[in-house]
Amino acid sequence: MNDNQHSTELGDAQNRDVDRFDDPGLPEHRHRRADSDPAADKRAERQVVVLFLISIIGTVASIVAYFVFRPDGTTDGVRISTLTLGLGMAFALLGIGLAAVHWAKTLMNDTEVTEERHEQRTPDAEREIAVQKLSDGAADSGIARRGVLKGAALSALAIFPLTIAVPLVSSVGGDWNVSKFRHTRWDKGTRLAIDPTGRPIKAADVTIGSVFHVIPDATEEERESHAWITEKAKAVVLVVRLDPRDLKEAEDRKDWSYDGIVAYSKICTHVGCPVALYEQQTHHLLCPCHQSTFDIADGAKVVFGPAKRPLPQLPIAVDDEGYLVAKSDFHEPVGPSYWERLK
Amino acid sequence: MSTTERAAAGTADYLDQRTGLGKAVKEFARKTFPDHWSFLLGEVALYSFVILILSGFFLTMFFVPSMALIEHHGAPATMDGVLMSEAFSSTLHMSFDVRGGLLMRQIHHWAALLFMAAIVTHMMRVFFTGAFRKPRELNWLVGIGLLITGLGAGFTGYSLPDDVLSGNGLRITDGVIKSIPIIGSYMSYFVFGGEFPGEDIIPRLFTLHILVVPAIILAMIGLHLMMVVLHKHTQYPGGGRTDKNVVGFPLFPVYVAKAGGFFFVVFGVLALMGGTMAINNVWNYGPYDPSPVSAGAQPDWYMLFLEGSLRLMPGVTEYMIGDYTLSLNVLVPAVIIPGILFTFLIVYPFVEARVTKDKREHHVLDRPRNVPVRTGLGVAFLTAFIILALAGSNDLIATHFSLSINEITWVFRILLFVGPWFAFWVTKRICLGLQRKDRELVLHGHETGRIVRFANGEYIEVHRPLDEQERWLRVAYDAPTPLELEPQTDARGVPRKGYKKERRWARLSRFFYEDRIEPVTPSELAAAHAHGSHDELEGAKAPELHAGDTTHEGDR
Repeated sequence: MNDNQHSTELGDAQNRDVDRFDDPGLPEHRHRRADSDPAADKRAERQVVVLFLISIIGTVASIVAYFVFRPDGTTDGVRISTLTLGLGMAFALLGIGLAAVHWAKTLMNDTEVTEERHEQRTPDAEREIAVQKLSDGAADSGIARRGVLKGAALSALAIFPLTIAVPLVSSVGGDWNVSKFRHTRWDKGTRLAIDPTGRPIKAADVTIGSVFHVIPDATEEERESHAWITEKAKAVVLVVRLDPRDLKEAEDRKDWSYDGIVAYSKICTHVGCPVALYEQQTHHLLCPCHQSTFDIADGAKVVFGPAKRPLPQLPIAVDDEGYLVAKSDFHEPVGPSYWERLK
Repeated sequence: MSTTERAAAGTADYLDQRTGLGKAVKEFARKTFPDHWSFLLGEVALYSFVILILSGFFLTMFFVPSMALIEHHGAPATMDGVLMSEAFSSTLHMSFDVRGGLLMRQIHHWAALLFMAAIVTHMMRVFFTGAFRKPRELNWLVGIGLLITGLGAGFTGYSLPDDVLSGNGLRITDGVIKSIPIIGSYMSYFVFGGEFPGEDIIPRLFTLHILVVPAIILAMIGLHLMMVVLHKHTQYPGGGRTDKNVVGFPLFPVYVAKAGGFFFVVFGVLALMGGTMAINNVWNYGPYDPSPVSAGAQPDWYMLFLEGSLRLMPGVTEYMIGDYTLSLNVLVPAVIIPGILFTFLIVYPFVEARVTKDKREHHVLDRPRNVPVRTGLGVAFLTAFIILALAGSNDLIATHFSLSINEITWVFRILLFVGPWFAFWVTKRICLGLQRKDRELVLHGHETGRIVRFANGEYIEVHRPLDEQERWLRVAYDAPTPLELEPQTDARGVPRKGYKKERRWARLSRFFYEDRIEPVTPSELAAAHAHGSHDELEGAKAPELHAGDTTHEGDR
């Protein structure tokens, strides 16, 4: 250590400003009590042993908990099982961990040692050998002289991934028919049904101020198929009845509502969360994901937040039996924007 | 020789004759590592990853990565007979019927949160102490790679249980993918195998989550640690610690015990969290259904900045180019803002080296105060990150503090632009202040509180000079000067090539090093003492030097 102190001055003298302080070298080592006091040493050893014992008790406790607390299918039962298993495991692990760290800190030699560093760079002589080896190899291969061979090898390597990529890409996107975004399960005459029971809604059921989460009327079999989830992801609709005097409607959409009842897509035009929070007083519909706010009384226009476009409206009417029905599918793609949305 | 020793020697001999293991043991057994609590942050990340693998292995034994619809039978009672995907049903099964299953799920989830937190704080340590400098720039890049794949691991895992929250998270992802110009809708099909949600996404995410992403992380961890061994660990400044040595404790036995023990400590803490702190009770949310959504839902913390970014962007920024829709209201917050953040992290070490004209290897860490602009930039970056993360919780802030969500959103929109500048300015000033304080301490010593009265009636406070270790810590740093710009024309009056580029770099260099505090020199200290004890009361002003004025006070 002492040699080191003196060598700093010598070694660094050239590349150091003259007017700089000198490195004082490592501070004096301060011994721990356990280094000199056998009693302290014994005490530290006992502490380490106790910590290992705690770990063993923890493992045993965890095994006991395994047998004692059988999950009974209730959340409380699972909680108590999880809690006791977890505590046992925590003690088992923390016992080992703290014992090892305590051992290292109190009983193992704590005198710091110094190791030299060497520059990362390879010394010049070795570098020359390395470069020589590479150029020997390159010369052996003759790559510089054989241009056509080089081109052929590179081309072969460059295109072979296509043998994997082409079949993969052709199938990974299903049928790649992205025009499906434009259509939903709604059609002329499809009844509006309550989500999730599937019971069709009569216009008379929709009182002023009430709000209905709506899906297209479908058979139970269809509703329990997997394809339904994908259909439902586009088709969910929110139905609200407003006082017709509060309702501002565009000229060309006057006949899209029925007696103050309006139906809007529930899929946010921002990134597609279900817009589920309806505030009756203001007629505002709020998306809980990113807080885009739509005014249902005014064509579901955006009044705040990151969405740009109004929610698409589903034109509705009433059939002979008084049920609400769609007059057609949506007139634009529902959900988030995408490049060719309006093509 | 005892029997154990004989057996050990025999085994060692057997292995060495076949592998030459002795050379590696000779090289590594007593390898020196310096000691500091902040060096544990990277260890926490590494151990969390090991725990993720262990608990994740347990979970894969019971998880069924399938979106096929089945009727769930069994616990919990609220879900009995409900139609759901096999993925969700198996998640319920492993939580309720497999003993220790919920514990492992919760350990796994907490470990994921800790993994990301440890990576981020470890990066902060590396950034603020300048540990990314030569020769460690490449390892810094590997670290950023680990951060990004860590985000990927978290995202793919979060989506697997197929509950309402994870499904809505995927739906947001779908919306973001669709906003990509030209290929957005095809990318969405590429990911989901058709329309959202389809039947493919969970098996696909499963393969990514348990095979591809962990393999990449593992490979990068290997590379990361290999370079740590190659470079030898950095050390904090102090007497006897130079760029040419490493001072610390030997790997065997000290770090075997300390680091090995620390693994168990981290695991123990995670077991405690998994056992006592509920996380992601998916049975309360129910299986994914495209219709319901819960208010106040938050993604895991490391995704909050993206969520906040999406929430802050005003919707008016969606534009039409002819008949085509360009959704900048999604593209900017979800792609461009994270792009800017990561680009900053990637280029920073190279920019700093360029404006410092620094080609030396650095193994002694910087004290953050001694590089005020770097520290300021780091704090500004964190400020932006935190503002975005808070914005991702704006609905909770609104409900907990009864504030208007619209106003909160506006405040965050403004803060995102103002906050980082302010944080930079304040941090830089604090650093410069701390450096001045260091100078004063070195020049005048500690205040002792002891007042002495001279014969002529004058009072002074006695100052106790710093010992040489205290002083070395405060003077052993470099204060780089801004790059000097060569004249626009050469000696013959011909305009030089690349002058404009050089001028831009020189400007940036000035931004970095214009305001700087030089370390005290021995002659300054001697001068301070020569002035007599009176001066110690006056609190000499530290010279703040400016570009071009590089003379030391003491040289005059």
